[in-house]
Amino acid sequence: MKAIINYIKEVVGGVKTLINGMKVTGYYISHPKEIITQQYPENRDTLNMVDRFRGEVIMPHDENNEHACTGCQACEIACPNGTIEIIQDRILNEETGKKKKTILKHVYHLSMCTMCNLCIEACPTDAIEMGKGFEHAVFDRSQLTKVLNKPGSKLRAGVEE
Amino acid sequence: MSVKELHKATQSQEYFVNMGPQHPSTHGVLRLLLTLDGETITKVEPHLGYIHRSIEKMCEKDSYQQIVHLTDRMDYLSCHMNNEAVCLAVEKGLELEVSDRVKVIRTIMSELTRLSSHQLWWGVMGMDLGAITSFLYGFRDREMITDIFEETCGARLTMNYNVPGGVMFDIPANFQTKVKEFITHFRKKLPEYDQLMTNNIIFRNRTEGIGILTKEDAISFGVTGPSGRASGWSNDIRKSHSYSAYDRVDFKEIIRTEGDSFARYKARIDEMWESMNIIEQLIDNVPEGSCREKTKAVIKLPKMEIYQSVETARGELGVYINSDGKKNPYRVKFRSPGFSNLNALNTMAKGGKIADLVTIMSTIDLVIPDIDR
Amino acid sequence: MKFDIYDFSVLTASIHQLLGEMMGETAVMITEMVIVGIVFLTLFAILGLALVYAERKVCAFFQQRLGPMRVGFWGTAQTVADAIKLLLKEPLMTKSADKFLFNLAPFIIIVASFMAIAAVPFALGLQAIDLDIGVFYVTAVSSIGVAGILIAGWASNNKYSLIGAMRSGAQIVSYELSVGLSLLTIVVLTGSLQFSEIIESQREGWWIFRGHIPAFIAFVIYLIAGTAETNRGPFDLAEAESELTAGFHTEYSGMKFAFFFLAEFVNMFIIAAIGATMFLGGWMPLHFGGFTAFNEVMDFIPPIFWFLGKTAFLIFMMMWFKWTFPRLRIDQLLTLEWKYLLPINLINILIMAFIVLMGWYF
Repeated sequence: MKAIINYIKEVVGGVKTLINGMKVTGYYISHPKEIITQQYPENRDTLNMVDRFRGEVIMPHDENNEHACTGCQACEIACPNGTIEIIQDRILNEETGKKKKTILKHVYHLSMCTMCNLCIEACPTDAIEMGKGFEHAVFDRSQLTKVLNKPGSKLRAGVEE
Repeated sequence: MSVKELHKATQSQEYFVNMGPQHPSTHGVLRLLLTLDGETITKVEPHLGYIHRSIEKMCEKDSYQQIVHLTDRMDYLSCHMNNEAVCLAVEKGLELEVSDRVKVIRTIMSELTRLSSHQLWWGVMGMDLGAITSFLYGFRDREMITDIFEETCGARLTMNYNVPGGVMFDIPANFQTKVKEFITHFRKKLPEYDQLMTNNIIFRNRTEGIGILTKEDAISFGVTGPSGRASGWSNDIRKSHSYSAYDRVDFKEIIRTEGDSFARYKARIDEMWESMNIIEQLIDNVPEGSCREKTKAVIKLPKMEIYQSVETARGELGVYINSDGKKNPYRVKFRSPGFSNLNALNTMAKGGKIADLVTIMSTIDLVIPDIDR
Repeated sequence: MKFDIYDFSVLTASIHQLLGEMMGETAVMITEMVIVGIVFLTLFAILGLALVYAERKVCAFFQQRLGPMRVGFWGTAQTVADAIKLLLKEPLMTKSADKFLFNLAPFIIIVASFMAIAAVPFALGLQAIDLDIGVFYVTAVSSIGVAGILIAGWASNNKYSLIGAMRSGAQIVSYELSVGLSLLTIVVLTGSLQFSEIIESQREGWWIFRGHIPAFIAFVIYLIAGTAETNRGPFDLAEAESELTAGFHTEYSGMKFAFFFLAEFVNMFIIAAIGATMFLGGWMPLHFGGFTAFNEVMDFIPPIFWFLGKTAFLIFMMMWFKWTFPRLRIDQLLTLEWKYLLPINLINILIMAFIVLMGWYF
């Protein structure tokens, strides 16, 4: 007799736990306000990216098309993956008559970047920073190799002192 | 073929099944060679190396700052703890004492990482057992933590928030309110986890008494973390070799004695409660101070050997650095929890069904990149 | 009765008469068979599309998601797009698969559900064939499907498929018993195996209300066993995505896979339809003995909507099970059947027989 009572208790208890579980899912289906889906491309305008978001490395230019990169290669050394390549040349400075290292291209391989922020930390002149763009998909791999300094851009005066 | 051989061949019921490297429940690219008798498992042989990226070797060419970001890619679910382990080791080598503020921030972030890892594990465990809804619920709550991470350090998963000497950024102004908001939210949602899964009779039957790991086995295999503690082995690094701010908080080490899948499951659920306790104790008392001690641009450790272990979401992560005085380490070795925990799989799964193997695999919470490194 | 205005037999009779004027008796029969076949094929396609969409939406709302939203308004054309994709996909086959059986298996499964749906009474006078052993017929043909699953698993020459097929075999053979016995509980009440008579007997109220607790227990058992029969919900061991990747249909692709997929959903519909017919009165509107005014209001809703509504309710219940519970293990599945459902069922039938004998039901 005891066995039968235990058996019934077991069945009832088991069914109770199942109903408890169904209550949880039942709550959510009856409360459509709880839906958390964000429909991404549609909500692009309202997307709020945080200030510190690490999307890609960018080099801000001011209105005179000048940047703050001296070509010191600190970022290139700090980068663990060889993401940054700085191509520079010695160009004759006509005032002093001396040849001086000048940055030609700040090449940034987005495909190799792990967004570790070490280059930004290393930069002594705050010439580069982390951009908020995150839509990096392109059709060709070569498009992921970017030149950060804009064509014709110059070093901002007073940065080097 | 003689009659005897024929008899033997026809009597043998065993056959092999390759589970993985591409399989929904191996959580990555782990390959298990199963020897099956019908549906009963007689042997499990893990085959590794499908996601080996030689992180230890890569560390030998990197500077100490650069090593940190590689550890994000090991156990990506407890990336902050991995970062912390390396940073603690380097700080130990430099004999650098970080400020209290850094310690507290690191502890809070570690516990948040642990929470997010356990939430993901809970969801995935449900999915392995066939209750896909839990997966979404786990991710829903995890989303709040990743939002906090994103605001703090700009990344959601591979955070690279620690640097030798402190943390990369100070915590944002709304950090405390956000964390508190999360805790009040999650304190309401965690009982739902119990309601949906823990108390469910089907779930109980699937986990209770399945994959028993004795304390002796746990110790001899080195199964650490919640999996080891579920077998009754007290191995919490946070208690035994306290680091960061764990010595100033009051928390319980979750130890269960059953050693079965349900004990491992319950240990993690209880750990989530404890993590929330730890965060609540610290969140209002973040001391003032600098969030980063100045280090040289090129860190050189003296000729020495360092071992530093931390408690990640999966168990003990040990970092061994052998320095020969240069700016790169001579040798780095990571004692990853996943690798040791995987070793016990055969002991636990033998004699069970295929479905039990899936349960066991999800209760030891494998992250394959952590195993292969 | 008011709902007699919605009688479909008038329509079918007129079609029969029209055809009879045009051609001979044999030709009429063949034409009618073809028409019924086409109607059911269309129904299959619509059911498949609608149920897949419903499942995806219901599952999404359980999980705090929105589900398909992009194709068409609220993603309504999503399943159509999926169907087109499946049609265009290459039918792959493993090299060492048994070609004949491999191709045969999807058809066996689809034919089994095709045969079962023939006996389902959709509305008053809307039934392909009203067999006098309807209940028996449905339980018999619906178990043919398991042969298809076994053949699929065997012919794929894949160990996962074979394990899935063997699980499914053990499962369906066991749960067939519970389905049969729980239906038998109602048959005890009605004293008939004919669907039309079973529905007619619920004119005064549905059996689930009139049959006291035993009818309710039988209903719950039927729902559990029915879910198991369709290889769904917590009983999807034959597929067991996280264990066997996709179980018996691992090696199938394109339209052959779609057949399995379609059969699963149509079987779910059939199980729900039979359950609605036996326990919830089929197309019979909600009646309470005595409340004449209430009953007449209910009669204005056409029987087909009553039938579809009840079926949709049962399908929703099955989806609720699926998206809440973890999967059972194979031995637990058999334990549930043989140690719990079957004994309870047998005792339940006994109690029901006693109630009927004493005339205690109303």
